[in-house]
Amino acid sequence: MKSYAYYPGCSLESLGKNYHISAMEVASKLGLDLQEISDWNCCGATAYYPIDELLAYTLSARNLAIAEQTGLIDFVAPCSACYKNAYSTNKLLKSDPELAEHINYALEADNLKITGSMNVRHLIEVFLEDVGLEEIKHKAIKPLKDIKVAPYYGCQMIRPRKGDENVENPMFFEELISAIGATPIDFSSKTRCCGGSLIITNRSAALDMVSKLLQDATSNNADVIATTCPMCNVNLELYQRQVNHEFGTNYSIPVMYFTQLMGFALGSTEKALKIPRDFFSKISLNIGMEPS
Amino acid sequence: MTEKIGVYICHCGTNIAGVVDVQDVSRWVGKELASEGVVIARDYKFMCSSLGQELIQKDIQELGLTRVVVGACSPHLHESTFRNACKEVGLNPYLCELVSLREQDSWVHSDKNAATDKAKAIISGGVSRVIYHEELEPLKVPINPNTLVVGGGIAGIQAALEIADAGYHVYLVEREPSIGGHMAQFDKTFPTLDCSACILTPKMVQVGNHPNITLLTWSEVVNVEGYVGSFDVTVNKKARFIKTDTCTGCGICWEKCPKKVVDEVFEVGMANRKAIYTPFPQAVPKYPVIDAENCTYFINGKCKACEKFCPTGAIDFNQKDEEVIIKVGNIIIATGYDLFDAKRIPQYGCGRYDNVYTSLEFERLSNAAGPTGGNIILKDGKTIPKSVGIVHCVGSRDQNYNEYCSSICCMQSLKFAHLVHERTGAEVYNFYIDIRTPGKGYEEFYNRLLEERTNFVRGKVAEISSFARIPEEEGKLIIQVEDTLISKQRRIPVDMVILSSGLQSRSDAKEVAKMFGISCSAENWYIERHPKLDPIATMTEGIYIAGCAQGPKDIPASVAQGAAAAARVMGKIQQKEISLEPIRATINEEQCSGCRICNDICPFNAILYHEDKMTSEINPALCQGCGTCVAACPAGAISGTGFSNEQVLSQIEGLLLLKSLENEYSYSGD
Repeated sequence: MKSYAYYPGCSLESLGKNYHISAMEVASKLGLDLQEISDWNCCGATAYYPIDELLAYTLSARNLAIAEQTGLIDFVAPCSACYKNAYSTNKLLKSDPELAEHINYALEADNLKITGSMNVRHLIEVFLEDVGLEEIKHKAIKPLKDIKVAPYYGCQMIRPRKGDENVENPMFFEELISAIGATPIDFSSKTRCCGGSLIITNRSAALDMVSKLLQDATSNNADVIATTCPMCNVNLELYQRQVNHEFGTNYSIPVMYFTQLMGFALGSTEKALKIPRDFFSKISLNIGMEPS
Repeated sequence: MTEKIGVYICHCGTNIAGVVDVQDVSRWVGKELASEGVVIARDYKFMCSSLGQELIQKDIQELGLTRVVVGACSPHLHESTFRNACKEVGLNPYLCELVSLREQDSWVHSDKNAATDKAKAIISGGVSRVIYHEELEPLKVPINPNTLVVGGGIAGIQAALEIADAGYHVYLVEREPSIGGHMAQFDKTFPTLDCSACILTPKMVQVGNHPNITLLTWSEVVNVEGYVGSFDVTVNKKARFIKTDTCTGCGICWEKCPKKVVDEVFEVGMANRKAIYTPFPQAVPKYPVIDAENCTYFINGKCKACEKFCPTGAIDFNQKDEEVIIKVGNIIIATGYDLFDAKRIPQYGCGRYDNVYTSLEFERLSNAAGPTGGNIILKDGKTIPKSVGIVHCVGSRDQNYNEYCSSICCMQSLKFAHLVHERTGAEVYNFYIDIRTPGKGYEEFYNRLLEERTNFVRGKVAEISSFARIPEEEGKLIIQVEDTLISKQRRIPVDMVILSSGLQSRSDAKEVAKMFGISCSAENWYIERHPKLDPIATMTEGIYIAGCAQGPKDIPASVAQGAAAAARVMGKIQQKEISLEPIRATINEEQCSGCRICNDICPFNAILYHEDKMTSEINPALCQGCGTCVAACPAGAISGTGFSNEQVLSQIEGLLLLKSLENEYSYSGD
């Protein structure tokens, strides 16, 4: 069983708790050991960077330094913002010795030191690369037949470029959705921003962004939007009513974490995946399954 | 000191004299370097003028100078001028050394005192070096009057015809089954809109029938050996499976062939061809080829329909690839370009949306001999588009892909806009960053398009999608663009999009360059000898470049460069033999350990390894005297004439002389 230094991030303790629980459930089904690092802190999200870059980097660096102590190789984040911050910090401090020195000076107060040795990865990367599509397909004992899924990548997960991957039209999420038996829709807005924390500071601008995503998904007949980030999930799910109020629409489309969909296909119960009852019956109705 | 050295400092108008105190330099050299053998030091306004040269010649004759140092411009410009001046009065030209006071001093410095000191130092280096110069004689090699032209596009065709018409023999090698290149795929040519095939095919026929041209199509150069005047080129003639001596090109074979294959080359995937085919009706030569990968007979041993129906028995399934060696004196490389792959920009939807076309695809769509007979219709095969968007600079002027301007796309896009407008009456939108129409009649063509009421939107297209946000966008391709002239984001729904893809170097340009021993730019375009004054020759003697292989250019420029390359080659052939610079490297066989490090690093493939003796040897005709091997040889077994250790070390000592004199003075002053 391969072990990973797992950094859930703040959102997964509150609004995104179902992401955390379903991620753990899927990982255990796939034989992966996600070891939550101890005494972690907030990554600074998107808000801290414009205020104080150095301190923002130091926040992520502290988590990475704690992870380095575990002796594990991979630093895994399920939240796209956490992933982006950790990845960028880790990469930058290796190319900028001065920054590394500043960060380490700050970390000294906590008896920590960062070398940049962790391999920072998003949770979906781990499933795709370390388990593989074939294995996932093989383990998907309840394939989500006839479910049309909008693969919503969001903007942060693919934007720290790792190599020459296709960031404009990535396809790995679609491949994962196909592997669990569902049908990915052609979702041209899949990498557009959901508005992120703009929902708090400039609500009307963010609602406009959310509405376009909902429109694209529903006009392509998606049954559910799958997300890889707690922020995206909140914006797309909880603000549907506001969008409807603001734009005179009547969107009512389920939004789920990709781990919840995966867990479902891998045979986990709705309880283990923290899927609400009405949610579940909607899905099971579609795929002709009895609620267990 | 046995040498008598004359030193001549050029003012170059104010180019040198404006920054360097030339009189002071001249006085200093005459005084301080007298001990080195300097018998005369002069300065003069323009050393390269005939009066300046005569000054040097007079001194050689009257003072009996044995060495000459000229402090002037870069050796690239006037080294040969001063060497010839010396030669005319009987001094071996290689005993004259040119010191670059302009490019390496006055042009790059503003501090006059420091620049003057530097001038003294580098002149002093030249004086110390020239003492160790040897008398050298240029190497003479005969020139084989035959020429190889690689690539049968318009540039190669033009070059081949010019040389052949002058009475010399040309081997024209083309990779595809027919010559014609990209130009054969086009419908109309800008700005005059004359039909591409109508002006190209007569030239193709001329090539096919020319007694002085040996045409090798479906062939590739696989090896090049030798040097200017005497190249041995190995060409692989791919098996055609056709007996060309009996085939009449009647076409029954491809009519009868039951196997349809998508034509990815000539028709860029827009139409089918047969497994036995000529790429287009006017192909030269007229003989087809059998595509063995797709031929039913080669796949499962049955069929042979072509053989059964061929009236002259010209099909031969037993043909094999054949390597021929051709001997030529000069080579012209005209290998053309590849179209930028628009799929690399996924947000433009190429390959995802049916009605997004690349420029070459649209050329076929609008071509009367193309898949739709020249009808500009949507992929459904019937609908005439009501609105068409043309995107400029796809993959060009873009830091993510190619930074350069592909130079032809603006005019090409204007041509497309005109054709769409003329044939469909559709509303046409051109999305551009800048309109670039520098050419004869080009700007006028742009004005014509403006009068035709083509819409021009200045802004780089962000995305092309099918995601409709309002009912008017349903079923359309929506072009999202920032219109920078009105500072607004716009969404423009259209029926068809044409991506004006840029040009890029051939995917195998680098390997080809290595084979011929020429160099490539970072983008793999072939590098000319001089960007302005010699855009045709390469740094390798006897190898010339023409057409898009050197960089993006349109048809007139390709033709001009092809003809110019031909003129250069004919000039070389006329000389019958040529003198090669005697600046060469030689390997001391005793010291050579046979490590072969020099073999691989030589940019001109000039070093041969003798397996029997386990030593390397430099071919003097191929060596360009660059010195790379001299520096790399771990045993110090290689020395370069003109760049011997003695010469280089004494030059360094000379450079440092000023510094050591200053130190002496300062000590004496204490």
